[in-house]
Amino acid sequence: MTETYFTKEHEWVKIKDGVASIGISEHAAHELGDITFVELPQVGKTVKQFEVLAGIESVKAASDIYAPLSGKVTKVNEALNDTPEIVNEAAEDAGWIAWLEPSDISEVKNLLSKAEYDEYLKGLE
Amino acid sequence: MESLRNTPLLSRHQQMKALLAPFGGWNMPIQYEGIIAEHKWCREKASLFDICHMGEFLFQGDIEASGLEDVFTFSVKSIPVGRSRYGFLLNENGGIIDDLIVFRLAEDAVMIVVNAATIDNDFSVIQSRLKPGGVFSNTSADTGKLDIQGPLSRDVLVQAFGPEIGKIPYFKFIRMNILGVEAIVSRTGYTGELGYEIFLPAQKVVELWDLLLGDERVKPAGLGARDVLRLEVGYSLYGSDIDEVTTPLEAGLGAFVNFDKQFVGREALLKQQQTGLTKAKAAFQVSSRRAPRHHYEICSEGAAVGTVTSGVFSPMLGCGVGIGFVKPAVATVGAPLTIRHDNVSMEATVVELPFYKGGSLRS
Repeated sequence: MTETYFTKEHEWVKIKDGVASIGISEHAAHELGDITFVELPQVGKTVKQFEVLAGIESVKAASDIYAPLSGKVTKVNEALNDTPEIVNEAAEDAGWIAWLEPSDISEVKNLLSKAEYDEYLKGLE
Repeated sequence: MESLRNTPLLSRHQQMKALLAPFGGWNMPIQYEGIIAEHKWCREKASLFDICHMGEFLFQGDIEASGLEDVFTFSVKSIPVGRSRYGFLLNENGGIIDDLIVFRLAEDAVMIVVNAATIDNDFSVIQSRLKPGGVFSNTSADTGKLDIQGPLSRDVLVQAFGPEIGKIPYFKFIRMNILGVEAIVSRTGYTGELGYEIFLPAQKVVELWDLLLGDERVKPAGLGARDVLRLEVGYSLYGSDIDEVTTPLEAGLGAFVNFDKQFVGREALLKQQQTGLTKAKAAFQVSSRRAPRHHYEICSEGAAVGTVTSGVFSPMLGCGVGIGFVKPAVATVGAPLTIRHDNVSMEATVVELPFYKGGSLRS
């Protein structure tokens, strides 16, 4: 079973079979507008939870993407190099940014569940 | 702080679920369906822009006797009736108070079209430079302005209002009856595409908006797309690229300054020509899809040499493009630059404007 968590910085992470896939939420993609560039992390890079993992730019703004969990980058979504607009089309699916091998799965306690994230978004309106 | 002003089209923008944001003191549509989709539509079809926020002044009287000839960097009296001219209102130091267009309506009448944020200041500056005798008025509140821009804009207007519009050359205009009122249809714009600016009484703007959007070749575009469109062809944005501490010479816009006549700021510009520039405009193309942005630092060989004033991802070029002001020595075509901001760094090369050369502007 896949579990999905969110950060207050609008990243999502799905954990399945010990692999964490990471991206930005549909809400974040919508807020950014047309996404024009994704700075993918290097495969092999290690990050700590909530450190800068990647960068994303839209016509309107440039933002950092933070690592929802600590770990090592094992794969990146190279399709985003030429077609970053995939993030607008499917932010929580085909628009994934990177895969991470988590070093401490208990860190999910610092993340929001889907229901908590939806509640958090309501508070932002 | 003054409250934001709305154009007559607010309800239309809201109906279309436009994203509205403050611009120059106005609550303006930034985007409808999306900046890139709107940009593409304008480059390929025809886009309609609500530009009612911009200012319009009328001068009626003897132009020679009024002193109007000495107010701007270009000659007003030599503009033929039915033509318009772009240039600047400068301060004594040669800094740009505004960039604007003067339309010669008649032998004894001109319309001056200015930026939204500068309306009040422009009006008082111009008024202070005029001699008594003529009638100078701010007609901004009563004047509506819609821009229709894009390669199909001529076909759309000809179909809607007749063949006369199809014959207007670039930087010429006609006065004609539209929807039962007198309008000015000008072959000018801010996109690099074939296009028109239509001035008409504010109370008719909604009707014209609805009429033009009834043509399936026309879609609305917001200020977001407008900014991408103008930057791709290298047009300056007042308040970002040019301002009161930037001269037309520094901004590479000396072509719009006529030194054969008097104007406020002339002495300062002549002096600047002699002593040389301390900053110069540079246009640059980034080696990736990353966009340079306003206030990013420009570096050359490791040293800071200037600041980005406008930057964007160019959908037409598929890379970041920007303009900024740098030490004149590095403002040379082909020179390599690095654009920096926090942990972001991008390589760029100085290029000639326009970035995008395929526009239908003069077709």
